[in-house]
Amino acid sequence: MNPHGKTENALPEVLTGNSEAEFITSIIAPYRDMPGALIPLLQAVQQKFGYLSDNALRSVSDGLGLPLAKVFGVVTFYSFFSRVPRGKFLIRVCLGTACYVLGAADVLDCLQKELEIGVGQTTSDGIFTLDVGRCFGACGLAPVIMINDTVHQQVRPSQVPKILAGYRKSLLSALENGQ
Amino acid sequence: MKNSVPKIATRADLDRVRDAARSAPDKDVREKILVCTGGGCMAAGAKAIKTALTGELKKQGLEKEVALVETGCLGPCVVGPVLVMSKERVFYQGVAPADAAEIVQEHIVKGRIIERLAWKEGPHKTPLPLQAEIPFFKRQTKIVLRNCGVIDPNSIDDYIGHDGYQAVAQALFSMTPETVIEEMKKSGLRGRGGAGFPTHLKWAMARKSPGEVKYILCNADEGDPGAFMDRSVLEGDPHAVIEGMLIGGYAIGAHQGYVYVRAEYPLAVERLQRAIEAASERGLLGENILGSGFNFALEIRKGSGAFVCGEETALMASIEGNRGEPRPRPPYPALKGLWRRPTVLNNVETFANVPFIIARGGAAYSALGTERSKGSKVFALAGAITISGLVEVPVGTPLEDLIYEIGGGIKGGRNFKAAQIGGPSGGCIPREHIAVPLDYESLNALGAIMGSGGLVVMDESACMVDVARFFMEFVQEESCGKCVPCREGTKRMLDILNKICAGDGCPEDLALLQELGGQIKAASLCGLGQTAPNPVLSTMRHFRDEYEAHIVHKRCPAGVCAALLVYSITDACTGCGACKRACPSAAIAGSAKVKHIIDPALCIRCGACFKACKFGAVLKA
Repeated sequence: MNPHGKTENALPEVLTGNSEAEFITSIIAPYRDMPGALIPLLQAVQQKFGYLSDNALRSVSDGLGLPLAKVFGVVTFYSFFSRVPRGKFLIRVCLGTACYVLGAADVLDCLQKELEIGVGQTTSDGIFTLDVGRCFGACGLAPVIMINDTVHQQVRPSQVPKILAGYRKSLLSALENGQ
Repeated sequence: MKNSVPKIATRADLDRVRDAARSAPDKDVREKILVCTGGGCMAAGAKAIKTALTGELKKQGLEKEVALVETGCLGPCVVGPVLVMSKERVFYQGVAPADAAEIVQEHIVKGRIIERLAWKEGPHKTPLPLQAEIPFFKRQTKIVLRNCGVIDPNSIDDYIGHDGYQAVAQALFSMTPETVIEEMKKSGLRGRGGAGFPTHLKWAMARKSPGEVKYILCNADEGDPGAFMDRSVLEGDPHAVIEGMLIGGYAIGAHQGYVYVRAEYPLAVERLQRAIEAASERGLLGENILGSGFNFALEIRKGSGAFVCGEETALMASIEGNRGEPRPRPPYPALKGLWRRPTVLNNVETFANVPFIIARGGAAYSALGTERSKGSKVFALAGAITISGLVEVPVGTPLEDLIYEIGGGIKGGRNFKAAQIGGPSGGCIPREHIAVPLDYESLNALGAIMGSGGLVVMDESACMVDVARFFMEFVQEESCGKCVPCREGTKRMLDILNKICAGDGCPEDLALLQELGGQIKAASLCGLGQTAPNPVLSTMRHFRDEYEAHIVHKRCPAGVCAALLVYSITDACTGCGACKRACPSAAIAGSAKVKHIIDPALCIRCGACFKACKFGAVLKA
């Protein structure tokens, strides 16, 4: 179960059961010899599953022989780690200085209205998660938003619907092609 | 990956590879097109342009004569995507894939410059096709960015062809660790990450620290909003950072290095990873480098989104796999750092300077700059400036020159109000100090800091109280919570600022902010807290009248703080009704083609009418 109580369609392939444990067992070997392996391992697990479930934290704790409390403490410290499933596309609105003075707050408002969610939430269809960021180093192109690893520059609120539609379309065509 | 790339096992091998890289392309290639693939131009579609140019060159059968090279950031991000025709260094801006045919036909086949795509300068938009003629480039001195926009960051041979890895060869074979540090001392290089601590001192302390195992770390956790030079160096010239770290490792006696990169910079991580792999494959990282007997390995550690990890002891805690919380100093990292071993931490820009200093000598570097601040500094220009992007100038260049001569002045012909420098640790420079030389001492005297060099320019539309509130919110959220002055103090300061912006401020608030600010600075554990009050203190110092307008007159002169705005409709109103329809609180009345009015009692100050009006008839004050 995930805290949103919705596990149907469009969420990452596997969310429950032993798959995280299996995945972690399959990749753990090099991490056991690596000094300071906890964070890189957590990053790899999140990369694969999109978030870090209770099961994942337990398996990481077992795999590295670290107390679960320690793993939990690290996960909750860093803003990139998510304890809840996230959408297919993670939208991050930069609220760095340059973006802020050039109207990033309006872009964020518009995204919240379009997606009907707040910051940190995921749309009910599991497609978009909305978050804010602290400078992506694209200040020359402010205001910017980052969707997964792609930077969109000089975004005006009026462009938001079109940008979102583009991502919905790409997801649909991927589904049609059976991916 | 191709197999059997020849190892570079000796200094003579390195020279051979360099000479081969220099002469090889010139045989058949008569022109190189350098397509900027810095973060900005990538976002603007540089890849599509490269694809279009590749297709066009093939169509014309020119693919052997014309080379297409992906290069690092050229600087003026705002006019991207940009490219340079390397033979005469003709600069084209705002290029679209549809322009590919014209570039090949006109520029390459017929040898005619395309004025439409050239840089436009001044009020008459005079086209300036040659890079050397463009003021934005002419006034710069590139040391850190020497290879950005010149070489292909994904090609180690290209880097070697531009004298890459020659400095580390020189250090390993003609210098002792002590003479390397001596050269760093002559250069006068100070840490470019913020505090400006002399690099040679850090290195000398770590060199002298007892211990077999030492570490050298590169801080690429460029967290200050408004700064993007480290990102651009990693993306445009990753081998320069590797070479700088190799030299640093040799100087202090470290055999292992880590680069701690922000997770927000995926392209930088990708290019640096590729550079590390290439250097390892050729034997420039690993065992017995160039046959010198010196071993050095390098690894990337990705951050996970915590601003405080830019602080050195927090960064080390994070590499160790812990929560990124700082610890008290002393002991300083040079004595007890990563895993309690002697450690040196410098940032990306600092390391990128090192190969130049070793190859050309410390004196060549210290010839630039001021009495106490030497060399060059990269600044990131952003905000209300015409040409936002990345520039490198000698330390001590006046702020005014940077904004007006290089950056093309304020966007839209508006007036300069302030420049925020140094991010959440820095301060605001007001108009009366616009001539300030950009060096460590002059900026400190004004209550700002050099910081990492992020410069956000603001015009009259920015409210300085709101800007201070913005930074306080930032540091409040990013405070790790370990020490009370930072955790609780920033929260209290933010509460007061929120109150002032909401129109509930009282005159005592200013004295309270001042007092709290002083205490947080004095009592916090790490640099984050020790500098957190700076944006507030500096705006209170230079823009006190704005604070007073908010507190005493309940007005926001810049028209930003929503709660303090009063909206009204002027005679320019045509009675179109757009504002009335947009108003969510039914505060606007008026019949068609008659001037409308706003009922201030019903108005919720959302600004919807202001945005909806096409005639500029809605006033906010």
